[in-house]
Amino acid sequence: MIVSGIDCGAKNTKTVIMNNGEIIGKGSVLTGFDQKKAVHGSLEIALKMAGISQSDIDKFAGTGSGMDSIDVADTMVNDIKAMAKAANYFFPKCRTVTDVGAEEGRAVKIDENGAVVDFAINEKCAAGAGAFIEAMCRALELSIEEIGPLALTSEKTIPMNAQCAIFAESEVVGLIHAKTEVKDISKSIHDAMASRIVSMVRRLGVNEDVAMLGGVGKNPGFVEAMRRELKLEHIFIPDEPEFGPALGAAIVASEEA
Amino acid sequence: MSTYPTEPLKCWNKAKELRENFYADYAAAKERGGLRWMGSAWAFDAVPRGLGKDVYTITGEPYAASCAFNRPVSAEFLKASENYGFARDLCSYMRNYWGSILVNKYAFGGEYPKPDFAWTQHICCSHGKWYQNACELEGGDVPLYVVDVGAGAYPPFEPIYEHRVKYVADQLLDGIEWLEKVTGRTFDDELFLEAAWNDIRSTNKWAEICMLNRTVPAPLDEKSIYALYVFGTLEKSSGAFADFYDELYDEVKDRVDRGIAAVGNEKLRWMSDTQPPWGFLNTYRYIELWGAVSIGSIYTYGLTGMWLYDDKTRDLRPRPLPDKKPGTREEACTMLADWHLSKPEYQHFYSPRYKIDMMDAIARNWKVDGIILHYNRGCEGLSIGIAETRLGLIEKGHKVMTYEGNMGDEREFDESATLNRIEIFLETMGLQKPVMGHEETLRQ
Repeated sequence: MIVSGIDCGAKNTKTVIMNNGEIIGKGSVLTGFDQKKAVHGSLEIALKMAGISQSDIDKFAGTGSGMDSIDVADTMVNDIKAMAKAANYFFPKCRTVTDVGAEEGRAVKIDENGAVVDFAINEKCAAGAGAFIEAMCRALELSIEEIGPLALTSEKTIPMNAQCAIFAESEVVGLIHAKTEVKDISKSIHDAMASRIVSMVRRLGVNEDVAMLGGVGKNPGFVEAMRRELKLEHIFIPDEPEFGPALGAAIVASEEA
Repeated sequence: MSTYPTEPLKCWNKAKELRENFYADYAAAKERGGLRWMGSAWAFDAVPRGLGKDVYTITGEPYAASCAFNRPVSAEFLKASENYGFARDLCSYMRNYWGSILVNKYAFGGEYPKPDFAWTQHICCSHGKWYQNACELEGGDVPLYVVDVGAGAYPPFEPIYEHRVKYVADQLLDGIEWLEKVTGRTFDDELFLEAAWNDIRSTNKWAEICMLNRTVPAPLDEKSIYALYVFGTLEKSSGAFADFYDELYDEVKDRVDRGIAAVGNEKLRWMSDTQPPWGFLNTYRYIELWGAVSIGSIYTYGLTGMWLYDDKTRDLRPRPLPDKKPGTREEACTMLADWHLSKPEYQHFYSPRYKIDMMDAIARNWKVDGIILHYNRGCEGLSIGIAETRLGLIEKGHKVMTYEGNMGDEREFDESATLNRIEIFLETMGLQKPVMGHEETLRQ
């Protein structure tokens, strides 16, 4: 059976196509203002990779903050359930999942079947979301690809006091003026962000194994900061963590088909 | 698919009429040669009733909630309040109320009716200042009397020393002299004694009504409860409102006897804590589509109802009526002070632990499956200790979800994100998303 999951997120829209539990196609495009266009754009890329046509797909499931725009979806899956399913697919022993997207940070406690036991989502605040790191990159005139590896080269701990992305940006500017090295500021930014997400995880209790999904999982500076904050040897991250929720939606589609 | 029979409340139209008349009477008081006063819903409203039968009140919190329910009106009032210079993070009821004065617009039509005096109490950090500023906005010639009720928690949480009751009762006695002085009227003890008893019997009866909601299926849902508990906040000493609660009790009891449900497809019961975002009450109806009924809250049960908490059985019971009616002004003031110091909504100003115990009692004894807590940015008083409450309730074995919002400022409530969170919560409790078109309506 061929199923597809589409995650229409705040920044990127991702599609995953599975055939009998195996991933055969993936596609990702920037969401932009036209969400429907993004849905079909990512689907087209995934179909091309899978070498099939849309009519070959037995069932579609949608998720993400823009899921109402996924007009091909036969079913809708909330983002917490989607990430739980994906984490269980990649790491069956995983009991805690974090997912940091562009606009939201989340933590989920799951059982052995990938069912949601409890969850936490950050409140309406950029300080716990991927948008925070993007804003700090702008202040440091770094690309999102540069800031993570740069943070890994720092051995200093500079606490960031601000509890808000806007004020944190002012604090970063202050550090720049104080001639603080950019690598140390980068580490400080990731530490601040990680402490926000870890506080959500602690609300649920840290139950190993811990997995991370979402695009921020590709940022080695953030992953290292999370590992330090959680006092863990290892955090489990799939190769392309940004496709996690789309994959989770596809799994739900196959379960419901 | 309905499981239980359901039908509308027969007294619904009467409730609407009583509420409409309340606000119309306040606006028209001057045409009848009467007096108008403003003050908190928590005020000892029985006392000004001693000034005559032509004395009308507007209580700030329910009035501001009505403003918030009408989102365009609320936006106008909030903007006026902010333009005047009041900070946006203050109590949103207070800002709606001040905005109504500043715009000179009554939410029920016409200009804002200026009161003759302000009579209130001070339980949270905003209450006294609310009416101090309101008096100034009215031109500075509205006299203000504030009763301090910060006398400590009620048993079993803390001992109720005699001096605590006397502290409040003495302020009421002083207040009577103050009322005579500022209005030039002679205080009528008979009217006051009658009003004091109405206050006690209406708040006792509301608790009895809430007790009926222990029944499965629940005869009342919380969205309806919001329209009914409000009489205890409009003017609990009103004889008409006390009589209405007697009538309502009989009807709800009849619903229980006949197995009439508020929500026909009741599968799961939940409760909340503090005020909801008033402009978004349709959320309750959406949750009902899933088969989840909100049976009430510590807010609706404990603000209008008077209860006693038993720490041995971890249960609440309506506080029984006193053995006899008050016979003198002094007796009435003492009785009212003692009665209201036991108000559940007062207790958690002293410790979140008291709120945890009371919410746990409701959750256990009203057969609640899940609890939704509102991180209410609009109410500094009732938001005290919500995060601690969450932890306490989880420790006692309850499933708890939180969301962030504001009871009276729609700019601080993310409807779409909150609905998403509620859906996840309901799914974790085993409910399935209904296949209906109503959701699209809600999300537009």
